[in-house]
Amino acid sequence: MGVASRFILRRKGGKGWHWTDIVTWLWLVGGLIIMFGPAVWLVFSSFKTPAGLAEFPPSILPYVTQQATVQGYDKPLQLFEAKLPDGSTRVLAEVRRIGIMSQMVDPKTPGELIRVNINDRTPVRTLSFATENYTQPFVHFDFLRYLWNSVFVTVTATLITLIVNSMAAFALSKYEFKGRSVAMLIILATLMVPLSVIMVPLYSIISSLGLFNNLWGVILPTVATPTGVFILRQYMLTIPDELIDAARMDKASEWQIYWRIVLPLTAPALAVLAIFSVVWRWNDFLWPLIVLSRRELYTLQVGLSIYSGELNVQWHFILAMTVVTMIPVVLVFIFLQRFITTGIAGTGLK
Amino acid sequence: MKMKSILAGATLALLMSTAAHAGDVRIMWYSDGVEGEVMKDLVGRFMKENPGINIILDNVSYGVVREQLPVQLEAGNGPDIARVAQIKDNARHWLDLRPLVKDPKYWDDNFGAQADWMRPDGSKQISGFMTQITLTGGFANKTLFDQAGVEIPGPKATWEEWAAAAKKVKESQQVPFAMAIDRSGHRITAPLLSYGANYIGKDGKPAPLDKGAKDFLTKFVGWNQDGSFSKDVWVSAAGNTYRAAAEDFINGQLPFYYSGSWQVANLATKIGTNFDWVATGSPCGPVTCTGMPGGAALVAIKYTKNPKEVAQFMDWFAREEIVKEFSERTLFLPGHKAVVDKGGLDFKTDNALAKAALTKFVDASKTTSETALKLPAWRWSDTFYAAIVTRVGQTIAGELKIDDTFARIDADIAQKVKDAGQ
Amino acid sequence: MSTTTNTSRLGSLLMTPVHLLMRIVDVPLRSLQKATGISGMAAFFLAPNMLIFGIFVLLPLVINFVYSMTGGTAFFLAERNFVGAEQYSRLFTCGSYLDPMSCQEDAFWTAVGNTFWFVILQVTLMILVALVTALILNRDLAARSFWRAVFFFPVLLSPVVVGLIWKWILQRQGLLNFGLYQFGVEPYTWLTDRNWTFVATIGVSLWAHMGFYALILLAGLQAIPKDLYEAAEMDGTKPARVFWRITLPLLMPNLLVVVVLALIRAVQIFDEVYVLTGGGPGTSTLYLTQYIYETGFASALRNPGLAAAASILMGLVLVVLTLIQLGIGQRGEKKGKR
Repeated sequence: MGVASRFILRRKGGKGWHWTDIVTWLWLVGGLIIMFGPAVWLVFSSFKTPAGLAEFPPSILPYVTQQATVQGYDKPLQLFEAKLPDGSTRVLAEVRRIGIMSQMVDPKTPGELIRVNINDRTPVRTLSFATENYTQPFVHFDFLRYLWNSVFVTVTATLITLIVNSMAAFALSKYEFKGRSVAMLIILATLMVPLSVIMVPLYSIISSLGLFNNLWGVILPTVATPTGVFILRQYMLTIPDELIDAARMDKASEWQIYWRIVLPLTAPALAVLAIFSVVWRWNDFLWPLIVLSRRELYTLQVGLSIYSGELNVQWHFILAMTVVTMIPVVLVFIFLQRFITTGIAGTGLK
Repeated sequence: MKMKSILAGATLALLMSTAAHAGDVRIMWYSDGVEGEVMKDLVGRFMKENPGINIILDNVSYGVVREQLPVQLEAGNGPDIARVAQIKDNARHWLDLRPLVKDPKYWDDNFGAQADWMRPDGSKQISGFMTQITLTGGFANKTLFDQAGVEIPGPKATWEEWAAAAKKVKESQQVPFAMAIDRSGHRITAPLLSYGANYIGKDGKPAPLDKGAKDFLTKFVGWNQDGSFSKDVWVSAAGNTYRAAAEDFINGQLPFYYSGSWQVANLATKIGTNFDWVATGSPCGPVTCTGMPGGAALVAIKYTKNPKEVAQFMDWFAREEIVKEFSERTLFLPGHKAVVDKGGLDFKTDNALAKAALTKFVDASKTTSETALKLPAWRWSDTFYAAIVTRVGQTIAGELKIDDTFARIDADIAQKVKDAGQ
Repeated sequence: MSTTTNTSRLGSLLMTPVHLLMRIVDVPLRSLQKATGISGMAAFFLAPNMLIFGIFVLLPLVINFVYSMTGGTAFFLAERNFVGAEQYSRLFTCGSYLDPMSCQEDAFWTAVGNTFWFVILQVTLMILVALVTALILNRDLAARSFWRAVFFFPVLLSPVVVGLIWKWILQRQGLLNFGLYQFGVEPYTWLTDRNWTFVATIGVSLWAHMGFYALILLAGLQAIPKDLYEAAEMDGTKPARVFWRITLPLLMPNLLVVVVLALIRAVQIFDEVYVLTGGGPGTSTLYLTQYIYETGFASALRNPGLAAAASILMGLVLVVLTLIQLGIGQRGEKKGKR
């Protein structure tokens, strides 16, 4: 206990509380709540029934009104805590409601009807997780197929991104040639062009290449990311040219230099790009939605969007499926946390 | 090993995109509720009865149907059959089923009333049929009215009377708003028509906003500013994005909600036994008391490679007993004349309120005005809807003055007509 | 310890076929190198990227330019008519250039204005918050990697999920109102108040991306040699002075990267806001990308030519920004080499 508290409450200089210690702890604890709280709220919400989601004031955890089977009634009745005219409160079951009066019975003595104003009763609520939000989509939602498509797109796109971008970055950082600065300039200039801006022409290109309703139509437009070239090039610039010259002396081919010397030395930057590529491609939504309109080609993100209709959105399914698609990202995060954070620290982002 | 599986996956993906078997029929379908599941069930039955035909049901979000399908169609792509709500806009892409169906007369007799909604002007084409007819109308929270001791206005009540009654309820019951109407041009067109508006000019092109339209819009903006109407709904997005106000009604925060027949199933499941609600039909204006008809159609698409199979499926699905079953299970109003005329639809719900509401909508459809019936078949309706929603939304948010609003709406529509002519 | 050796053994096992493949690839490439010479290989390395990049990024940009010169509602160029600079002149038809509402395309100029203020405020706040977070994470904390993870976590979420999460908090039935309700405050509709909504879009984008920038800054902080601080402490320099004279100047290169990346992201803001506010109330959170998306694709009043013209204008501004950044970057690079 002593060691632990000393460890947790470690302070600047070790003596007394400096104002920066207080700021630090406020910031960290506030950060913990603000960063994690919303995601936790989403997870709890995904277990609520459609009616529960629409309710105000909302409850943090999913509650439903408790029901009881009462003798003489076919269907289970909802239980309420009712305030009776004599001032006592009892748990009663509602038989029916007419206008603002509710007809209730005591589950123990079902014979006698009691009339209660609806403002004098509050539902008896019990915790209940609406797991059908999860199970129902799994039944009529080709989950494994969508998962496979998502994995295929993510893995393929990431591999191609790494290879193609690292080759380009190698050329742009280690060779002097005419047009190098032009190429660099073009890449940097397009660093800022968002996809939604070139969507219409890109669509017509995809369509004329026959990549419409094809997973490659999702993969190819994303792999030549300028950001990737930019990050890798910045890192490769820090590799000393002497290493490469020495290899050339040893009769190494350019491909070998790229493969055996430059790539291994760029590993931290590649790791960062790989992680980001995985996250980006996994989360891609707008573009796959446009290219893929056949069920067997849906990725998970597209799959969950089928619950938005013209007039109604089935939020309970969307929230549940959102949580499901978040799980792989969270797993990646937990297992590769060290990689991600130290990797970014190690890249040539300076 | 990794490489191998990736390669296998790649070839698989390539194969999948090119292989369209003979006899495959693809249906693009969107769902607001359970209709996707009902459809899946029916498709399964069809395939059992017609073993040669393979129907593939692609469930998509409505956004795909609205935004991507038109682009696919222009490129000559697309599914073989689609469920669409913007039926007229893309009419030139629909397949003429007349030479393909078994009995064109059956189609004319039963779906003739809406056939114009889905075919190019002046043609005799059979493009498909309405899976669902909708009608806009109001819902009142009966429990709130009862608690406030205010009587629910009768069938001939005007929008003003409704506003006054709902305001009384709001004040007595301390709920945030008296009324709400969906953020949708289609919905707000109903009261506009009741005030005598007519969008269609003499030449068939859009007319500038007339007095009827301006009158109601001015009142509507005023009602939003004095808190009678829930302002939230209309300011909650930019552009012509659709927003429903159902949540507030479901929470018992709203005495009167103007939406349409498609809300019935939604309200029934979400309200449950929390309070009593009734469908009220459409309030009246000085000219008439109309709702706006609408709905979604199942249409065949011109670019299909298997027109025969498509027609076979459409014939099957348009059969009286199938339409009846589909409507009963989805709680949709059918668009099939014989089914409507014979009556006796047994909607599959044990919610008495929902049943009563559906019956009310069927009744209310009889007072739909001539103009209202013309609009779904008119090319520029969506243009009008979009312009009105965009600009009125801005006005309620305080960005435009009401006179500028009218000028902007007219200008937007004129610009669109000009663009289309280019 | 043993797990790491196991994984590396597994890794090398997996890599064997890859190495083999690379050796096979090397054979034709050697002969290629003989033909082209060493510097010619640059073209080879650049080719795949340039090819994909050319088809899927550059070509659409060029086509977009052609689009902007055509009119009509058709999507495919073949069916569109040439109208010259009409789309541009339409964008620039204004009663007064100071009042966006007086323009013919008022929504475009509103979006430009909104985006401008959003970028300025968001990037400033982003840098401040990320810097404070980085400084705090750079302290001698217990469980530092845990805290680092806490702030980085939202970076991994998709923009759509980010928008959804916050919608579920800020809407009338949301968590925020629930919290306030506990203290007896009446529920407030945050997402329909134009000022709050604007603040919300800034806050949500801060939440989603701050961790990434904080980590870049943290990397810079950790690279500052400890002995500099020790020397300063010996001299009795005040902490504030240490921050301004040592920390900040040495952090400059990282800070520059953060400014550039944050700027790019801020200008492109779309998905999370689209889900969260849809651009409303009114047009108060309508940003440029959404305007272009809706005008060209999603609206019933769609006009691809106009959207293309708007995107070309946006592109021009972005290129200018990039050039400025490139100039600063190059100066920094030269300094670094010296």
